[in-house]
Amino acid sequence: MVRLITHNLLACHAKNCTSNNFPLQFKDIEIELREAEFNPDFIRGFLPKLEWKALIDAAKQLGDTSLPSEQPEMIDDEFLKNLHHVLLEIHIEEGAMICPNCQHVYPISNGIPNMLLAEHEIG
Amino acid sequence: MSRPELIAPPEIYYGDVEATKYTNNTRIQQIQADMTYRALELLNLPPDEPAFLLDIGCGSGLSGEILDEEGYTWVGVDVAPSMLEVALEREVEGDLFLQDIGQGFGFRPGSFDGAISISVLQWLLNAETSHPTSSPPHRLTRFFTTLHSALRNPSRAILQFYPTSDDQIQLITSIAQKAGFGGGVVVDYPNSKKARKVFLCLFVGGGGSQVPKGLDGEEVEAGEDQAKFESRREKSGKRGKDGKRKSIKDRDWILRKKELYRQRGKESIPRDSKYTGRKRKTVF
Repeated sequence: MVRLITHNLLACHAKNCTSNNFPLQFKDIEIELREAEFNPDFIRGFLPKLEWKALIDAAKQLGDTSLPSEQPEMIDDEFLKNLHHVLLEIHIEEGAMICPNCQHVYPISNGIPNMLLAEHEIG
Repeated sequence: MSRPELIAPPEIYYGDVEATKYTNNTRIQQIQADMTYRALELLNLPPDEPAFLLDIGCGSGLSGEILDEEGYTWVGVDVAPSMLEVALEREVEGDLFLQDIGQGFGFRPGSFDGAISISVLQWLLNAETSHPTSSPPHRLTRFFTTLHSALRNPSRAILQFYPTSDDQIQLITSIAQKAGFGGGVVVDYPNSKKARKVFLCLFVGGGGSQVPKGLDGEEVEAGEDQAKFESRREKSGKRGKDGKRKSIKDRDWILRKKELYRQRGKESIPRDSKYTGRKRKTVF
């Protein structure tokens, strides 16, 4: 159940991988859409935490282009609904996430990403 | 008290069997639920504001279910795949990660509004290999520093755990302090052996906020939904109504045994008579 809300917070945590380690790139992914309860206050509160460009790139990779490429100044209901859909309703079930810096592969199976590191990769 | 963390590392101890057992045990469910509510209380989140929480060692989602009910959005991490599988079956709402917290988190700074962890930290106190990154202080340092950066300023992390000694509490708090956390340890019901619970309350940039007080006084009486200990059943059976023990080796038993020995061909079995198994006179 990786959703874009958590993907947007996730950086690579392998040893000596401190720069250019965000966002993780998707590869060979399968997605599933599942409806979630719409909570406008939560989305509004979450806006400042988002890295907008990374979110747009990831959404495009998943085939969703409902969001504007620049974060809008004015926040209306439709925008929040689209954002809600992108953040919380698209689930990545299978595939992998790859660190753009150290090329570490985090496989996703059954909706759960495997973030375990080998002994030599622990910081 | 049983100490599963001394038996095997968590990802092995909580295999398929143990994970299902753990999740279906109503007593564990009750204890976990109580501690989760208490942790949320200690977390002291502003009311009416939807928060984004981190559940460290979410396991099968027993605590996550409560976070769902309370309307929080959450992310759970756990190192035991079998536990996460159970969590998937139970269809919890949060995002799940297979992650060893001793290796640190990769979340961006300021991601979470708070973190809770129920009955987890004690698992970090055992070294599984001799590699330097496997030593408890190293794993704790990695855990606390990455947790500190993943939390918003200001926010709190409430971590309930079962320490075996004061040295362990000392080690954990000193490492947490070095990682930048403020706060301290809250002990609920310090005088009760069973209900005693240790919570580590950590503040990120708390700015003089006080460590909350632990609950004190008598343990809450067991409610009607909880099973009470009954001694009645143990008493009955062993003794008859007159208070005397009923003899197990009565005449029937002796006859049965003798018949058995005869069948097996044992020699010199006394023959059965009217004196067999007869009660002797009481002799002073």
